[in-house]
Amino acid sequence: MAELRDLYQEVILEHSKAPRNYKEPAHTNHKAEGYNPLCGDRFTIYLEMDGDTVRDIGFQGAGCAISKASASMMTQSVKGKTKAEAHRIFAQFHELVTGHSHDHEAELGKLAVFSGVSEFPVRVKCATLAWHTLEAALEGKQEKVSTE
Amino acid sequence: MSASVAVPETAVDVEKIRADFPILHTQAHGHNLVYLDNAATSQKPRVVIDAIVRYYESANANIHRGVHYLSQLATEEFEAGRATVARFVNAAKASEIVFTRGTTEGINLVAQTWGRTHVRAGDEIVVTAMEHHSDIVPWQMLCGATGAKLRVAPINDRGELIVEEFAKLLNPKTKIVALAHVSNALGTVNPVKMLAALAHAQGAIVVVDGAQAVPHIAVDVQDLDADFYSFSAHKMYGPTGIGALYGKAALLEAMPPYQGGGDMISSVTFEKTTFNKVPHKFEAGTPDMAGVAGLKAAIEYMNGIGVDKIAAHEHDLLEYATEAVSALPSIRIIGTAAEKASVLSFTVDDVHPHDIGTILDQEGIAVRTGHHCAQPVMERYGIPATVRASFAVYNTRAEVDALVRGLRRVREVFA
Repeated sequence: MAELRDLYQEVILEHSKAPRNYKEPAHTNHKAEGYNPLCGDRFTIYLEMDGDTVRDIGFQGAGCAISKASASMMTQSVKGKTKAEAHRIFAQFHELVTGHSHDHEAELGKLAVFSGVSEFPVRVKCATLAWHTLEAALEGKQEKVSTE
Repeated sequence: MSASVAVPETAVDVEKIRADFPILHTQAHGHNLVYLDNAATSQKPRVVIDAIVRYYESANANIHRGVHYLSQLATEEFEAGRATVARFVNAAKASEIVFTRGTTEGINLVAQTWGRTHVRAGDEIVVTAMEHHSDIVPWQMLCGATGAKLRVAPINDRGELIVEEFAKLLNPKTKIVALAHVSNALGTVNPVKMLAALAHAQGAIVVVDGAQAVPHIAVDVQDLDADFYSFSAHKMYGPTGIGALYGKAALLEAMPPYQGGGDMISSVTFEKTTFNKVPHKFEAGTPDMAGVAGLKAAIEYMNGIGVDKIAAHEHDLLEYATEAVSALPSIRIIGTAAEKASVLSFTVDDVHPHDIGTILDQEGIAVRTGHHCAQPVMERYGIPATVRASFAVYNTRAEVDALVRGLRRVREVFA
């Protein structure tokens, strides 16, 4: 059962039970909604942008452990970063969870706990929902995001 | 099974049945496959697979048109398949069976032909709150095209249709009542005969989604007095891509065709086309002849075991599973109707169904997680999704035990 533990690492379970930045920041000026209707995962990502910088970020919603922990850890990793840096982290994260490249594990820091997702292809959509929604929020896109 | 164990006459010999299904020997993630996703699609016995192969090896030709040997043989087999389906659901005659791609197409056929002809602005179509999307969306499309109104009969907390509320929705404006015989998300068996009588008293026709009923209970369309009854082969041990729509002869005869093409015509000139008689009027183009051979074999397989025996076996499994799963902590069973068939839907308090699905999968257990194409049902219970275990004749109590062990494993992972 090593594989299962690779997916449900302690850090992931802990974030899914006690998500960080689970709030709508008071000075939100960008937001986007992500929704995967087949599994019912639904998150809203809130951003307080200061120019190109993510001054504050929060999220609310419901979903599986993977999607929720991913949203929680994403908010921690992009807070204080520029838009370009956030895009870059997501690009590396995406490579990691799809199994295309583990080259950036060191750079990804804590987010590297999601490497186990690559063994569970059907769960990639869970791990990336919050991230795609973040991208939409950063770009000011209005349409609902889905990774299904 | 050891010879010393007495098998009650009414019981099915599950080990013998399991040997008929090649796929049940699959190893999934190093475990014996426990296939509990039968409401999505059932597995296929060797006789069904062989019937399809045999069709292509010895009977394949296009039907209803050639004078040659194989064409006649293929036509005879195809029409024999229709007669077998008719007997299986007790249609009055074989011409009341229209072959379709499956349940969904049958419902769309009725909506687009009978519906477009008879439904006008201001008319009403009644569905129930437990319908599958395939028994909601075609009616919404019909409402959109005609200006008719969709009305929804509510269900109670157990997942049973509230008959008094259903009756209150019926009035002379009601043209169509569409309902599932068995709910795919909840397992509820609707009292179709009684509901059809109420609908008929107001002059409505009754369209039944039989996808989840035909595999599990004996269906008699005449006794139910259903005007239309649609079902799929693939949920009843048959192949994918083939299904049947039963329609009362008088209704079918008065309906315009569904699609235009070959086989559905008697004569064609550029000035005028005369349509073929029923059921061929509704079967444009070359049909799934191999699929019909497979469906016929599936019905013969079910009849060989006995539909009542299948129902009794699955009922026993459902009762056993309901009791065992309910006894686990933090479980909420979704759908506790007095009359149920084959489906056990549930949630676990703090664990999302998708996580449960992944963990069970690692134990070789296939269940369905999600909204089961019944989002209004999920909304009714205020949940995004459920875990659904659904049973077939080849499932065993030992497999239910494996499910329970898997659910304990879920608790360990999420401890």
